[in-house]
Formats: sequence, structure tokens, C-alpha cells
Amino acid sequence: MAEVKQLVKGLADQHGRSMESLLPILQGIINQEQHISEDAMVEVARELNISAAQVYGTATFYSFLHTKPLGKYVIRVCKTITCMMHGKNQIIQELEAVLKINLGETTHDRLFTLLETNCLGQCHKGPAMLVNDEPYTELTPEKVRAIIMKYKQQELNVN
Amino acid sequence: MSDKINLKIDNIAVSIHSGATILEAARKVNIRIPTLCYHEDLCVAGNCRVCVVEQSGSDRLLPSCAMPVAEGMEIHTNSMKVRSARKQIIELLVSEHRADCTRCYKNGKCELQELASEYIIGDNGFIDLVAHKGYTIDNFSPSIIKDDSKCIRCQRCVRTCDQLQSISALTVAHKGEDMKISSFFDKPMFEVVCTNCGQCVNRCPTGALTEKTYLDEVWSALNAEHKHVVVQTAPAVRIALGEALGMPPGEIVTGKMVTALRRLGFSSVLDTDFTADLTIIEEGNELLQRLKKVVKEKDTSVRLPMTTSCSPGWVKFIEHAFPELLPNVSTAKSPQQMFGALAKTYYAQKIGVDPKDMVSVSVMPCTAKKYEADRPEMRSSGYKDVDYVLTTRELALMIKQAGIDFASLPDDEYDSIMGESSGAAVIFGATGGVMEAALRTAYELVTGREVPFNGLNITPVRGMESIREATIKMEKVLPEWDFLEGVELKTCVAHGLSNAKHVMEAVRDGKAEYHFIEIMACPGGCLGGGGQPIPTSPEIRKKRSEAIYREDALKPIRKSHENPEVMHLYEAFLKAPLGKKSHELLHTHYTERNRY
Ligand code: SF4
Ligand code: SF4
Ligand code: SF4
Ligand code: FES
Ligand code: FES
Repeated sequence: MAEVKQLVKGLADQHGRSMESLLPILQGIINQEQHISEDAMVEVARELNISAAQVYGTATFYSFLHTKPLGKYVIRVCKTITCMMHGKNQIIQELEAVLKINLGETTHDRLFTLLETNCLGQCHKGPAMLVNDEPYTELTPEKVRAIIMKYKQQELNVN
Repeated sequence: MSDKINLKIDNIAVSIHSGATILEAARKVNIRIPTLCYHEDLCVAGNCRVCVVEQSGSDRLLPSCAMPVAEGMEIHTNSMKVRSARKQIIELLVSEHRADCTRCYKNGKCELQELASEYIIGDNGFIDLVAHKGYTIDNFSPSIIKDDSKCIRCQRCVRTCDQLQSISALTVAHKGEDMKISSFFDKPMFEVVCTNCGQCVNRCPTGALTEKTYLDEVWSALNAEHKHVVVQTAPAVRIALGEALGMPPGEIVTGKMVTALRRLGFSSVLDTDFTADLTIIEEGNELLQRLKKVVKEKDTSVRLPMTTSCSPGWVKFIEHAFPELLPNVSTAKSPQQMFGALAKTYYAQKIGVDPKDMVSVSVMPCTAKKYEADRPEMRSSGYKDVDYVLTTRELALMIKQAGIDFASLPDDEYDSIMGESSGAAVIFGATGGVMEAALRTAYELVTGREVPFNGLNITPVRGMESIREATIKMEKVLPEWDFLEGVELKTCVAHGLSNAKHVMEAVRDGKAEYHFIEIMACPGGCLGGGGQPIPTSPEIRKKRSEAIYREDALKPIRKSHENPEVMHLYEAFLKAPLGKKSHELLHTHYTERNRY
């Protein structure tokens, strides 16, 4: 809690305390914490002298501002029309099966979170997804399985 | 005047000031354009699009509520194109709407329903999406129910809570098809900074925001055999109730209301105005005591300015937003709660009823009063002091349910020993009224003379200006109050929490030199309360206010301390203002709350 307070105060010092500072501050929190917790939102509201609900409204508007804790690897599958036509639903189904979670959820070991996002600018190579900042394109169910295995393997090697 | 703009609406010539909208121009010539997101008290949002009109020579339809008039415009509000666009918009809204009108509290008073019926929206339009939406209904609060399945996302509530109340307990969260009106983290309204003021309820066009009703509970009490049901009616109810029963705004219906309450079966029909007078005695004395401690005894533990405490929306607001200023709030309970505490003690004894067999009901212009009555502190009688709080709207419904033809009722009088009131109590219902009532009494206590205003009308504190200040000089004071000789009593009046916030920021920052501040959470004071008949507008509130001051002027007694029943209460029961009994029954304390 004290850390969040410090973090938010620092960000407000850096970006200012006007309504326009709200987005950069929220992005700053995401860079440090991956998600914006309830406590963090309250601190932002306090610093900017606005209501906590207003912070919540802004945070929930943007896909990249998460309000729930996320896994170490955040998978974002493009849901926009081109990728949809290229079979993003099958990709999601495959991911749900492999990870044993539903869209929007995080695995119990806190490794993977499965989300949808808007167009990633890879429409010519759809379906597309991001794993953290890494793009993967022309996906098929087989490819998706391999990608997940790769990350799982990577984790085993680390431990 | 040269800055008039001339245009034609449906071939009728209109001339209107520049900057006016097409909607305003149309209203001027009595052409009704339907609206949903538009509200006179709020800034223009332009998001619902039911107000579209066609302009000759243009393909695009224009939102009339947002579009300023231009010279030579030719507007059509009723073309084929407009009608079909409007119908589609309404059909789309209804396709996402849990339209169970027959079970809805807003049935018959709903703006969406009215439009849907005008345009005969059947079920042949769009796919019904309600089943897929996973809507939430939040009915945990004792005051406000929020039903997302009835929401059309017009955002009137968001603008109300932000612009009028500067609380922003509600916001627009998520986007696209998931977009919804939400509190912080979608928590129950009961747990967030919402003050229960009900201003959003007054402006919600549908049944998405309503008050929690206690009609069934009250009917059961009225039908229970061994219950003595007392009812109290707040000052602002008598000048607005008529509106919900088919009368124009600004009618005083006190006598009819008393008759109606008797016919509904209440055992004792009493008046919150009686305890409004009592509040003035207790609060006025508290102010003088504080002045004495600060000015004469230089006691630094006592705080000035003192603020009023009768508006429960205001009390919850300051508990959240300025907890450091809670010692400035008068400890006097609101008239409703003073009444409740006395009903089950003083009154029960007097009429020989065991308080456990008494049910105490209040009729209030307010939704926050429901929350106030539920506060754990409000049990000074040993029982829940006020069992059920009804809004003005709920009372109107009971009267309708009982088949009473309100307009034709004869007048009747309140029952005694808690039914008498002065004009000072009546004006509690208008912004500035508590201040005026307090000054009428305090000035006379200190100087032995009436306030130096023509007809006791302290006009500087009246009106609808957002923040008003008035100074009254204490001269030729009685010996007991010699330390006040020549002191200029500085007062301030604010209504609507956004104005209250400005005043309290100044107090917090040491920039305000007031002695006494009156704050009402609702625009216009209780007459514009969250439990009053819908719709509300500056015009309607003005009419209600005029009615209140008319009623004051008609009262034979104009000053709280001259109310004979209040005098009797002190002689027979309380003994002295701020005495031991008063402290037990009539004063309270406050709780610091989370700011967010
Ligand atoms: S909100 Fe209006 S349209 Fe919706 S169910 Fe209630 S009365 Fe009907
Ligand atoms: S709750 Fe009512 S006022 Fe608020 S957006 Fe929904 S329909 Fe409009
Ligand atoms: S009741 Fe008042 S404070 Fe609560 S959400 Fe509505 S307008 Fe805001
Ligand atoms: S539509 Fe999927 S990347 Fe553009
Ligand atoms: S009333 Fe004009 S856009 Fe809603």
C-alpha cells in the first residue's frame, strides 16, 4: 500500500495533476505493476482530486489498462473483423483447451492470462496474437499449442 | 433585437437568440421534439439521438438538443426520415432493455415507455439481447436501487452526480457493447461515496435508478391490529405532493394531505415542521454557545463556523469528503430524527401507547432520509426512531392505490402536541430557509428584538443563487450576550453539493470568515429533493419555492421559539435547550468515512 502510494505520487510529480495526466499515470502504473489495483486507483484519485469512479471509468475503457491481476504471460488475441474471418474463434478455443481457462481468466499457476484485443495491425497475416510484447501471426491450433509449450518449457528451464 | 436568429421549424417562423439550440427554438413554438439524454439542469450530452431533425438541403440528421440555430435554417421535425430514424433508435434501445413495464416502478412515469408507446415498438424490430447481457441489479442500499437492465446509458445520472453534486459516484465504465454506468469497481452503491441524495433518481428517464420503496411495510403496519402508526410530513412535501397527483407545480396542499393521511389509516398525523422549530431552538442555542466559547472564553477546542446538519446527503458527503471538518457540523439531529426520538418517548407516554407497539413513518422529499433512519445512532428511544421513510412520490402512490380523489379532499388539521408549527419551520423546505429561521430566533434571543427585516423576511438569504452570503450586526444586545455587542454575524448559504464543496474548501483553507453556514445537498433545498415528484427543472423549483414563502407568510406564528407546542415540550419534558434530555434524544455524532 505504501509502495503504491509512493509510485502514484512519483508519477503525479512527473506527469502533473490535471485530468490530462490521468492516462500517462495509469500507463506508468501498468509499466510497474502490470495491473491497476483498487488501492492504486484510490491513490490516483487522491492525487488528482477526482473521484475513484472516474479513475475506474478511464481504466476500464482502455484494453491495455488492466484492473485485475494478470499472469506472467499475457496472451491477447485479436478479435477484430479480419482476424475473426480468419478463425480467431478456433484459436481462442484451442487456447482455452490448452490452458484450461476461459477467455478473460488467468491460470492457477499465474503464468498465463487469456484476453482479446483490437486490431494489432497484422490483418494481412491473421489470425494474430500477442504474448506480452511478442507478436505471433498466421496462427493455427497446432501453432498455438507449440507456442504455449515453448513458454511452459521456458519456465521449467528457469526453475 | 439584432442578434436574433430567424429560422423555420415545420414551416413555422421562429425568431430566437443566437446560441439557442434547435430544440429550444422548437419548444418556443410548442413543437415537441422527443429527448432522452437531454435535461434542462445538465450540460448537453447529445448521445441518444432520439431528438434528431432534418434540415432542408442536408442529408445528415441533426441532434436538435446539441445543434445551435442558424439564420435561414429550415428544419423538419416530423418528416418520414426523422420518424423512421427515431423509431429505429427507440427499437435499438428496447432491444437491450428488460422491458417488463408491468412490474416496473416507473410504469406510467417512464420517458422510454412513453416514447415506445408513441412509436408502437413491437417485437418485430431487433433481436432481444437482454438474455445475453448479464445485467446487475443492486438493491443493497436502503435508499437507491440501481437496475442496469433498465439503463439506456443516457448518462444523465453521471452528469448529475458530477455537475450538480461534484461527487462522481457514477461513471461510464468499459466500452462498446460492455459499456455501462458503474460505481467504483462496480461496488454496491451502499459501499461507495454516494450520498443517497437521489438527484440522479430525479433525472433518470427510466427505471434504472429509483428509490427503495417501503410501501408494503407501511401498508402492513397500517393493517396490523395492535400497532399505533404515527406519521410525520416534512416541510417540502406539502408544496410538491400535488404535482404527483395531477396538480400544477406550486400548489400548497397541506390540508388535503392531512385528510388523505387520516383516510389511509394513520393513527396520528403529525408534522416534521414541529421538530423543525425544535431544531432551530437547539441549533440556534448551539450556535450561541459556540460563539460564547470562541469569542468570550477563547476556547480553541470549539469550532466555528458551525454548519447545519439537517440534510443527510450533506452529512454523508462531509463524512466522506471533509472528515477533518466534522467538528464544525452542528450536533443537532435532523427534524426527522428529532421527531422519531420524541415520538417513541414523549408522544408515546402522552397518549399512553407502549413504544414497542408504535410504528413511526415519515414522508420526506428525500431519498437520503431512508439511509439516515437506518443509521445505528438513530435509536435513542430504545427502538428504531423512524421505522419507515416514504418519499413524496411513494405517498402519492399510496393515495392513488387507496382510490382517494386527492383534488376534491377537504382540508384538515394536524393532531396536537407534535403538529403545530411556525412559518420558520415551513421555510426549512427551501434553500436559505434554515438560516432565515435560525436568524429570526437567534437575533431575538440575543437582542430581545425581532430581526431588522421588513415582515421578518430575510431576503438576502433567499433565492436560487448558488452561494449567498449575508451579514447581520448584533446591536444593543441583552446583558447576558454582551460579548456579542457590535459583532457582525457572517452567514453563508449553499445548495447542491458542488456548491457546498466550494464553500467547505474555503473553510478548510482558512479563506472563509463565516460564523454559520447552511448547506442543503439538493439544488433548491428540500423542495428539489431526490424524493420529490419527477420531473424537476429550474422553473418547477421556482414555483415550489414561491409556494413555501407564501405558506410562511400565511402562518400566524412566524418564529420557532413562539411555537406553543414546542414551548410546552420544553416545560413538560425537555426542560431546557441543550439540556440532558436534549443530548440524549436530539443530538448525535458523526463518523469519518473513506474518501473514495
Ligand atoms: S424502465 Fe420504463 S420502459 Fe423499462 S420496464 Fe420500466 S417502465 Fe418499462
Ligand atoms: S441510470 Fe438512468 S440516468 Fe443513468 S444512464 Fe441509465 S438510464 Fe440514464
Ligand atoms: S444519489 Fe446522489 S450521490 Fe448518489 S449517485 Fe445519485 S447523484 Fe450521486
Ligand atoms: S484484424 Fe486482427 S490484426 Fe487487424
Ligand atoms: S436528447 Fe438530443 S441526443 Fe439525446
